[in-house]
Amino acid sequence: MPSSLNTSAVPSATVGAPTRLSTRLTWRDQLKRWSLRWGVARGSSRVEPALYRIGEPGPASPIIVTCNYRMTVDLVRRDLDAVDCWLLVLETHGVNVWCAAGKGTFGTDELVRSVRAARVAEFVDHRTLVLPQFSAVGVAAPATQQLCGFRVVWGPIRSRDLPAFLAAGQKATPEMRAVTFTLAERLALAPVEFIGSLSHARWAIPSLLLLATVGASLGARDFVWNAALRALFPAALSYLIASVAGGVLTPALLPWLPGRMFSVKGAIAGAALALAFLVALPGMLGQMSAWGGAAVLLGASAYSSYVAVNFTGATPYTSPSGVEHELRRALPVEAIALGLGIICWTLAWYLAGQTMTPGR
Amino acid sequence: MQGFRYIESVVTLSFDAEKCSGCRVCTVVCPHGVFAMGDDKRAYIADRGACMECGACALNCAWDAISVTPGVGCAEAIIHSWIHGGEPTCGCTVPAVSGSGSAMNAADSAASGCCGGGKPEAPEVYDPRAGAS
Repeated sequence: MPSSLNTSAVPSATVGAPTRLSTRLTWRDQLKRWSLRWGVARGSSRVEPALYRIGEPGPASPIIVTCNYRMTVDLVRRDLDAVDCWLLVLETHGVNVWCAAGKGTFGTDELVRSVRAARVAEFVDHRTLVLPQFSAVGVAAPATQQLCGFRVVWGPIRSRDLPAFLAAGQKATPEMRAVTFTLAERLALAPVEFIGSLSHARWAIPSLLLLATVGASLGARDFVWNAALRALFPAALSYLIASVAGGVLTPALLPWLPGRMFSVKGAIAGAALALAFLVALPGMLGQMSAWGGAAVLLGASAYSSYVAVNFTGATPYTSPSGVEHELRRALPVEAIALGLGIICWTLAWYLAGQTMTPGR
Repeated sequence: MQGFRYIESVVTLSFDAEKCSGCRVCTVVCPHGVFAMGDDKRAYIADRGACMECGACALNCAWDAISVTPGVGCAEAIIHSWIHGGEPTCGCTVPAVSGSGSAMNAADSAASGCCGGGKPEAPEVYDPRAGAS
């Protein structure tokens, strides 16, 4: 609906001017980012998908496209502090760019739909969209141009490179195009991995306590009611050792741990940390004999190895063919080691039970 | 990505130089520098083992010169597909749009951390501090 009266820089008679986003993060935003990193309250991490303004954009200003994961939008608007541009936020259901593109939610269809729904063409006089490079997994540039008339320019991988990319006439340096996986980047992912691995404790710890009770009762030829209490500390500490080794140590030491397979790296980290604890804190075994030591070593290696394999999903370099290849080999070995560990654990409590006077 | 190499022998990437137009888009979208431009103005696979099978190159090659079996290199997703059937997909919120990805319920997703998926609750809109007009 053309209007001859409309002389505003934002030529829209039918759509309200897009909301302007602040480029300063508040303490609430920082708290939200922290809680997302730690896997707490991950719900409500969606941003309303729409066209937004950053600074004072005009008809010639670039259009930056991103997903609607809260942490991503926060980082992008922070990084665009000194830039006047349009920010088109797609509906990816609160999932980050790369994962959403892999699923197809950050894809050609959603991009074309959003460009039309937000009437992007009414706000600019150019026909170029700047997309994050990682979205190329889901967005086909040739089809996008055919369907909505906008040409796709592949922006940098990291949003902090956006100002330099735009200043250089929408040209990326090779560094902007290469994915990295620095210690800081790996450690940022560790908390969520570690917290996730703790969720198995719900059944793992009770199972260990039950086995200890059964073992000790068989050894004592009577029901040892307090065996579970005596087994609680070694069981919980062993579990924690394995979770830290697989969920924190392995990501942190990833390039230095031997082997290419994550399961091997995780098993080594688990064995090393368990051994360190057994040497430094022999008391952790409580009333268990050397069989208890073997149980901790085997169990921690197996579980750490499993947690480490799951870290493949958070890395930017593992291929699905490779992960499947690794899983087919690692899972049986992990299962056998875990089984042996459980046998050693029960045996250790059986032997300990023989020396116990049936408590009642 | 120095220091980060994974299992290279199983990568499914293949490239047909005959079909290549030399548009360079594969060298742009690949985050691992798998493709490079040759003297004949065509792309070639410079580092096949670094391929993580994300599929960006194949999707954006207008000339159909690249093929790869794309997917998520995530153990949890692959184990999930073994147990429940379907294509491997991350355990986060949304069902895959294309393909036969296993449609995951929004409710199970809160447990999965990798993707940033959360329960789609009421959309959160920023306080436009810089002043909306």
